[in-house]
Amino acid sequence: MSGMLKNALGWADARFPLSKVWNEHLAQYYAPKNFNWMYYFGSLAMLVLVNQIITGIFLTIHYKPDALLAFDSVEYIMRDVEWGWLIRYMHSTGASAFFIVVYMHMFRGLVYGSFKKPRELVWVFGMIIYVALMAEAFMGYLLPWGQMSYWGAQVIVSLFGAIPYVGEDLALWLRGDYVISDATLNRFFAFHVIAIPLVLVILVFMHIVALHAVGSNNPEGIEIKKHKDENGIPLDGIPFHPYYSVKDLVGVAVFLFIFALIIFYMPEMGGYFLEHANFVPADPLKTPEHIAPVWYFTPFYAVLRAVPDKFLGVVAMAGAIIVLFLLPWLDRGVNKSIRYRGPVFKAAIIAFCISFVGLGYFGMQPVTAVGTFFSRFFSIIYFAFFLLMPWYSNIGQDKYVPERLDEK
Amino acid sequence: MKKLIIVLLVLFSSHVAASPGGIELQSAKIDLDNKASLQRGAKYFVNYCLSCHSAKQLRYSRMAEDLGISPELVELNLMFTGEKIFDGMTISMRPKDAEKWFGVNPPDLSLIARSRGPDWLYTYLKGFYIDDSRPFGVNNVLFPKVGMPHVLADLQGLQKAVYKDVKLKDGSIRKVIDHLEIAEPGRMNEREFDKAMNDLVNFMAYMGEPAKLERQRLGWKVLLFILLMLGVFHLLKKEYWKDIH
Amino acid sequence: MSEQVVDKRRRLFLTAAATAVTGVGAAYVAVPFLASMNPSDRAKAAGAPVEADISKLELGQLIRVEWRGKPVWILKRSQEILAQIAEETSMLRDVDSNESEQPESCKNTARSIKPEVFLAVGICTHLGCSPTYRPEVAPEDLGADWKGGFFCPCHGSLFDLSGRVYAGVPAPLNLVVPPHEYLTDTRILIGGAS
Repeated sequence: MSGMLKNALGWADARFPLSKVWNEHLAQYYAPKNFNWMYYFGSLAMLVLVNQIITGIFLTIHYKPDALLAFDSVEYIMRDVEWGWLIRYMHSTGASAFFIVVYMHMFRGLVYGSFKKPRELVWVFGMIIYVALMAEAFMGYLLPWGQMSYWGAQVIVSLFGAIPYVGEDLALWLRGDYVISDATLNRFFAFHVIAIPLVLVILVFMHIVALHAVGSNNPEGIEIKKHKDENGIPLDGIPFHPYYSVKDLVGVAVFLFIFALIIFYMPEMGGYFLEHANFVPADPLKTPEHIAPVWYFTPFYAVLRAVPDKFLGVVAMAGAIIVLFLLPWLDRGVNKSIRYRGPVFKAAIIAFCISFVGLGYFGMQPVTAVGTFFSRFFSIIYFAFFLLMPWYSNIGQDKYVPERLDEK
Repeated sequence: MKKLIIVLLVLFSSHVAASPGGIELQSAKIDLDNKASLQRGAKYFVNYCLSCHSAKQLRYSRMAEDLGISPELVELNLMFTGEKIFDGMTISMRPKDAEKWFGVNPPDLSLIARSRGPDWLYTYLKGFYIDDSRPFGVNNVLFPKVGMPHVLADLQGLQKAVYKDVKLKDGSIRKVIDHLEIAEPGRMNEREFDKAMNDLVNFMAYMGEPAKLERQRLGWKVLLFILLMLGVFHLLKKEYWKDIH
Repeated sequence: MSEQVVDKRRRLFLTAAATAVTGVGAAYVAVPFLASMNPSDRAKAAGAPVEADISKLELGQLIRVEWRGKPVWILKRSQEILAQIAEETSMLRDVDSNESEQPESCKNTARSIKPEVFLAVGICTHLGCSPTYRPEVAPEDLGADWKGGFFCPCHGSLFDLSGRVYAGVPAPLNLVVPPHEYLTDTRILIGGAS
């Protein structure tokens, strides 16, 4: 039996680099042995991507991208299609889960310096994935054709109108109509189900290829490739498979538990994952009393609202995303991991996290004087964190950084 | 990191129940396992709501199955306009006519419990009071200038508003509604009416998401299975990681 | 790495257990996805029994009722036609409807509960076109022997006025008679019985 299997593998290997790929990326990909729980989020992001693609395909089987039918077709899925409710909740919860996982994944990269040389491209590919994911989520949110879908899309597409000279034409071109309409729904559907998912899959592939070319960082921020044994195997490395594949399974199970808990017992998540107003069909004549984007966009929405000028608001919002791309070049710190960084950098990270969450909170709230004040305050911290980084990132770093994992 | 999680948890747990008017909502007791309550609610719904409001997403057959009523009984007692058992709860009133009669087209109520919330509905249904300035002679504390007549008046009777004076910041006095009290009694006393409205809201909560019954029944089994998975994976991980020092 | 003794059996057992639990989980997850492709409640609702009123049906008239998205014919036949159906048998493939699909109550020469009222699913048993009703006798295109019946325009299959297929045409079976019952003398419930 095993002989036959070996022959089959040999046959395949002569024609396709099956064993080679398996070894390079799993069985002989050496990862630092000190990954902690924050390293679960990469594989979890992959899991959620697969979940979104599969549930998405099955939703597409029943969904109708037509302004007259879309809302009812979602309810049709929720009521008439066998298990449709489960598939739909897996998809809607998966959307929010995707952002939670990705934000954690990015945060981990930030604190352990995983974006620093030689991993700049890993970070940049990751950022492009993040932007594509935002586009994917935004377009997907129009599809249920509820009030929030409609007016959220209306507001976001109108943002493009703020760009000087070409803005209005660009917004018109994106909508394919003078308002959000059937034409917009149809094209957003096309982008959501095929164009962006394809891009996402390719980008994820590049993200991993880039990572495996340079090797993984770790919570200590040491380069395991610097110290190898006589066979060229990093001394502080262990094969990804089986050690991290079995470890990631534990993370997967924990994730699935929380994921299932939400799907089965709180799919609306108090109105954060599925907004209440989105259970009302889109009505182009009536804006809901309070519109806010879904929670994962609200930090950037708060930045937008903090600026009292339409065009500059859009610039600030775009800037808040673009500045993330520049992180590898803004950080001048020699040490990678937060464990060996100076107190200023540590304080800056805490201030950044508070401001990001604070922006997220105020982005959900109706406009108030207090809210605007805090949005501005947090926006300043947000940008200061990045733009002042070249000056403060080097202050007070630990002089001694371990070369190996075991030395203390 | 932990701080972030805590902040997120606080954010997610905060409720969005407060109504825009600032009126405190009364809480309805939602219990989808209470079949008797759902059945009574269904009766009120078809008798009092379904003449003007549709609930097109809910099929009579689905309701019969979920509420434990036989299809024959549903046809006999809950269907009036010659639909078939597999039809959704539609109405024959045309939107154009409705707009002429009520000023607005009465919305479809299939998902109203999901967009407004059960407590809002409960408070709204109990919030009608006499107001001669309105076309139908009633207004609503939760929904000022409401277009809907008080269709439940024969059950509840009519309430009148009792005002109180509130001193505004600039020193002027404004009258605001303090509470409502029964002016003309209806067929039910207050306790009976509250119970009836709770049943009605309970039914509307069911109507908003019939799958809720199913998902809550299934959920704990899935969670248990995942726990089992977690246990096995954890042991497997520990076994392999014995190799690593 | 390991100078320790590795307990291979424990490792193998746990790997098998993890594989098994993942496999069972995957199978459970697959069920909802596959089941979601079954006919939905809406499709089932469209397949519900339909009622037909035949109080206004005249002799020789054919009406069509939609049932499960298919046309169901209801045809009222005269005594002459019934008599002719009983005697004309030589050109038919399955005179006694032994192979075709019909309720037990319709397994007779007239292929109906009440002889004069004939119901059939108006779909040719060959490849699913809907045959046309041709009651006229000996028209030019169908020849002098034609006593009235159904003609399928797609591939030329012929049926008599009780839906029995002619020999030597592509259609293999007599037309399907749907399950039906009489609620009253003039109201028929199609799809309800049997």
